[in-house]
Amino acid sequence: MKKSVFFGALAFAGLAAGASSAATLDEIKERGKINCGVTEGTLGFSSRDAEGKHQGFDVEFCRALGAAIFDDPDAVEYVELSSKNRFTALSAGQADLLYRTTTWTFSRDVDLKTSFVGINYYDGQGFMVPKSLGVSSAKELEGATVCIETGTTTELNLSDFFRVNGMSYEPLPVGGTTEAKALFEEGACDVYTTDASALAGVRASLKDPSAFVILPEIVSKEPLGPTVRHGDNEWEDIVRWTQNALVAAEELGVTQANVAEMAKGGDNPEINRLLGAEGSLGEMLGLSPDWAVKAIAATGNYGEIFERNIGESTPIGLARGLNALWTEGGLQYSPPFR
Amino acid sequence: MSDQSAPPKEQFQLSMLIYDARYRGITIQIFVLLLVMSGLFWLASNAVTNLAALGKPIRFDFLGDTAGYDINQRLVEYSSQSTHARATFVGLLNTLLVAFMGCAAATILGVVGGVLRLSNNWLVSRMVALYVEIFRNVPVLLWIFVCMFTFTALAPQPRAFRGENPEASMYLWDSVAFTNRGIYMPEPLFSRPLGNIDVGIFLVSLELLVVLALLIGGIIFARKNNARAARIQDETGDRPSTGLVNAAAILLPSIIALIAMGFYLGKPALAGFNFKGGINMSASLIGLWLGLTLYTTTYIIEAVRSGIQAVNKGQSEAAAALGLRPGRTMNLVILPQAMRIIIPQLISQYLNLTKNSSLAVAIGYMDLVSTLGGITLNQTGREMEAILLLMAIYLTISLSISVGMNWYNNRVKLVER
Amino acid sequence: MSDIGYVRTEMLGQLPPPGNTVGIVGWMRSNLFSSVSNTILTLIAAAFVVNLLFSMIPWIFLGVWNADSLSHCREIFDAKYGDGREYACWAVVRDRWDQIIFGYSFGNLNEGLYWRPILGVLLIFVSITPILFPNTSRWLYVATFATLFLYPWLIWGGALAGPVTAALIFIAGYFAFRALAKAMLPSFALGATIVLLAVAFLYLQAPISSVIAAILPIELQPVASREISGFVLSITIGVVAIVVSLPIAILLALGRQSDLLIVNKLSTGFIEIIRGVPLITLIFVATVLLKYFLPSSFDLDPVLAVMILVTLFTAAYIAEVIRGGLAALSKGQKEAADSLGLNYWQAQRLIILPQALKISIPGIVSNFISVFKDTTLVSIVALNDPLGISDSIRSNSDWNGIVWELYGFIALVFWIFCFGMSRYSLYLERKLRTDHR
Repeated sequence: MKKSVFFGALAFAGLAAGASSAATLDEIKERGKINCGVTEGTLGFSSRDAEGKHQGFDVEFCRALGAAIFDDPDAVEYVELSSKNRFTALSAGQADLLYRTTTWTFSRDVDLKTSFVGINYYDGQGFMVPKSLGVSSAKELEGATVCIETGTTTELNLSDFFRVNGMSYEPLPVGGTTEAKALFEEGACDVYTTDASALAGVRASLKDPSAFVILPEIVSKEPLGPTVRHGDNEWEDIVRWTQNALVAAEELGVTQANVAEMAKGGDNPEINRLLGAEGSLGEMLGLSPDWAVKAIAATGNYGEIFERNIGESTPIGLARGLNALWTEGGLQYSPPFR
Repeated sequence: MSDQSAPPKEQFQLSMLIYDARYRGITIQIFVLLLVMSGLFWLASNAVTNLAALGKPIRFDFLGDTAGYDINQRLVEYSSQSTHARATFVGLLNTLLVAFMGCAAATILGVVGGVLRLSNNWLVSRMVALYVEIFRNVPVLLWIFVCMFTFTALAPQPRAFRGENPEASMYLWDSVAFTNRGIYMPEPLFSRPLGNIDVGIFLVSLELLVVLALLIGGIIFARKNNARAARIQDETGDRPSTGLVNAAAILLPSIIALIAMGFYLGKPALAGFNFKGGINMSASLIGLWLGLTLYTTTYIIEAVRSGIQAVNKGQSEAAAALGLRPGRTMNLVILPQAMRIIIPQLISQYLNLTKNSSLAVAIGYMDLVSTLGGITLNQTGREMEAILLLMAIYLTISLSISVGMNWYNNRVKLVER
Repeated sequence: MSDIGYVRTEMLGQLPPPGNTVGIVGWMRSNLFSSVSNTILTLIAAAFVVNLLFSMIPWIFLGVWNADSLSHCREIFDAKYGDGREYACWAVVRDRWDQIIFGYSFGNLNEGLYWRPILGVLLIFVSITPILFPNTSRWLYVATFATLFLYPWLIWGGALAGPVTAALIFIAGYFAFRALAKAMLPSFALGATIVLLAVAFLYLQAPISSVIAAILPIELQPVASREISGFVLSITIGVVAIVVSLPIAILLALGRQSDLLIVNKLSTGFIEIIRGVPLITLIFVATVLLKYFLPSSFDLDPVLAVMILVTLFTAAYIAEVIRGGLAALSKGQKEAADSLGLNYWQAQRLIILPQALKISIPGIVSNFISVFKDTTLVSIVALNDPLGISDSIRSNSDWNGIVWELYGFIALVFWIFCFGMSRYSLYLERKLRTDHR
């Protein structure tokens, strides 16, 4: 198939009009891989390891999907997208979905013809400053220079926050995380602002993390979640319920280690339905009955994914916070599998 | 005449469209035109269909919406409550600013470098050659990054200026501060200001207008005075001296006006986290400016060198025979002739520099690409409109630069011949 | 033997020139200190050089090559020098050089595939020899033709049948053109051939390639376009852009020189529009807009999209180079061709273009250099050219904070390529000039 891609593209293949808007799942099955849109490099969420392989929190959800559909977590093609071209890439079909730290907002959901199908991370915009600045609240940042990564919701929130509080500031827009980090370390800005999750990652990777503090204020709601094209409800369902299955698995105590055991059936009907021992939830999605088993076996449940990639034992060191299960005071909540 | 019979009247045949050289051209042209039109139509109809499917018809009214983001480096008034159109305008001015600064600096450095490249000082000419070879063979984007990071790494932070024994200090009687956030310079202020007038899209300071008007008036007077001096010289052979009068005519009124308006320099001062007051050149502007200048200078050096070398050696020998010193030979004989070769190359370098200034987006200088093609595009999701508008604006800038410089080029040619 | 007291019987040897005009001293006097201003210049320049070297040489040469991470590097500096200064941590280059050069696809993702891009680049060198050295064997043109198909195959992988089929179709197209050209006017034959080729690619490519695949079951591990990265990406974009843009550029240049008003205006308009906008906006068009301009079924990944737009960009610039070549030819050439009774295309093909293209080669080479340098712009749209890869290396916690070492290494590789090519183009210019005049 690949061989024809190049020659075909050069040689008038553009004239060929094929059937468009086939169901996304069928396309994926035909292709044998999911095209999963991820960031070009956000430590903890999606970045390349030393071997050039993708890893991270968002990547794991793509892998779970790959496992659910193909029983192969590696059946995923990662499409690195900038914040500029992510929605175009999605609507144009370069990516089947985005797990790209994308904030769910009204206008993106409604105006951009994309659908947000869940929230895999509840985030909010925060500020980080050097300790030596002696600042303990974002309200004391009058006149400060603030490093922001452009092309995100960050600069709007920042502008709103300072305006509402009647303060002035100097924005220092930067193209990408690595540049922003370098400038912040050199002291070219007093404050670094981005989503709190990324902030923790950035802090962890600084020369001397203890010399920097993250201020308590969270100035915005940034629910990050998977995004799909408007209008393909079947695909939307698969993405939504695969993510929900991972959350439900944590709630029900299903882990990567015990999923095979539990899949054999037990006395908890909810677990049985989730893992396909009872009912036919998988078939309703157009997948195999044990799709959730495969997904959980590949990546573990939500909590395991969190701990492995961004949890407190990792260099990123994020606490569960809002992302704890609802039973533990967080917001992560899966609708029932019934 | 009359006995020559008229040529046999030709009958037009369809096959002549192909086989008759007179008509074939028309056939080919119509064919090509149809082909191109149908190709463009195909692209456009695809775009319309695709955009309609996304529910995004091509409309430019997003430019009137509130931008919502701030811009640190700006030449005209702007706040986050301004519109996207305003942000675009700010970006356009920033593009023009860095392009102008880059062209000016690269021209000066390029001419000096080109002359030094040909100097008979071995060390200096080799150093210039080395500089040219190093800088032109590495991508300009890399140089922009390097300049930006060198600047932020080497210049002191604003907090280094604080305290009893500051690590860093300001230059020029505490009026210029080099920090890694930018250079703060004093700004002209007036204690008895005349105010501003609003010309629709931006405010023009009346003080500036007054000074400019007086300067222009002085220059017109000086030209008249020179013409009068020339007339008297023609008539009597004696040329009355004009230099002092002219200088006074040009400078004095402006100086008096400045004093009358209470001109003083507003020095930047450390306040809170940053320096306040004065004119601020942000670090990204400096990084971009340095990167573009250092890269483009190499091309201008080469242009100047080849221009100078193209001047016949006899010219400099003749000048030497006339007893001109090397410096005057260069200024009076070589450079004016070399200019004819240099200027077309300069034009194309100016164009390149202006287009390369779009790399600002990589280091966050808020030029046209970072505003209209960057944040505005991302916030509104209007890719088609934003990028087409972006290209149209750049095309206009490029075409006007080349038209303007070609006009100048032609003028120089006419004067010389 | 006479005894005349004072007659010199032999010539005196020449006195050596004054000591301060020969040797090192003399050279220095005439080249460095010939006048007061020259002396000042020399001293300033020397001070500058010494200063620069003193600040850079320790940093470069006392750097560490063996370390796992930046913090490890810093520990080593502390242990070794203990002066609190920073030196270069070249270990990052040692650790990641393969990613920067070969990208993820041929670097450490698929180790053992280095030979593919290396062979590809070697093939390119072989394929340009007959163009650059006209005296070599004509058979090398076969290599040139083969490279057109083998290079993409080496980079993208897949079955050998693909490029072989494409080559066969093009060869068939060439013979079809020869046959058609006898029957009708060349320009119409060209059009007909293009249509035939399009049809062949649409309907014949699949069956033929499956037949060839049965005979020649050679297959390389396929590499997705978006995985092509590092210098391989830069080189591939550059090479594809130059090769594909050449025919377009020739047509555009001829169009711009043409007397046909519409053709002339269309070519001029295209060239001026492309040359009037920055490359980055065209790259935005490629990654953001191109999808809208094509049917929704058409799957185009960003690397190919960028290649298409960079090709158009290059074509406009090379068209101007070729136009310069055309303009440099004396008018007599065209008139001589006319007087021989050659028609437009014959004259272009046999007389005008061979000479014009030859003069244009240095310009084309320098265009290649600038396209090659400009490929760094794709890092702005999240493609992994060397600069993009340096970003992702720095986003890894091991090497976070490294700036100069990576930029230095990338700059060095770019410099070697570009400096080599520019020297080569200078050499060519000299050689071609003597040929031409």
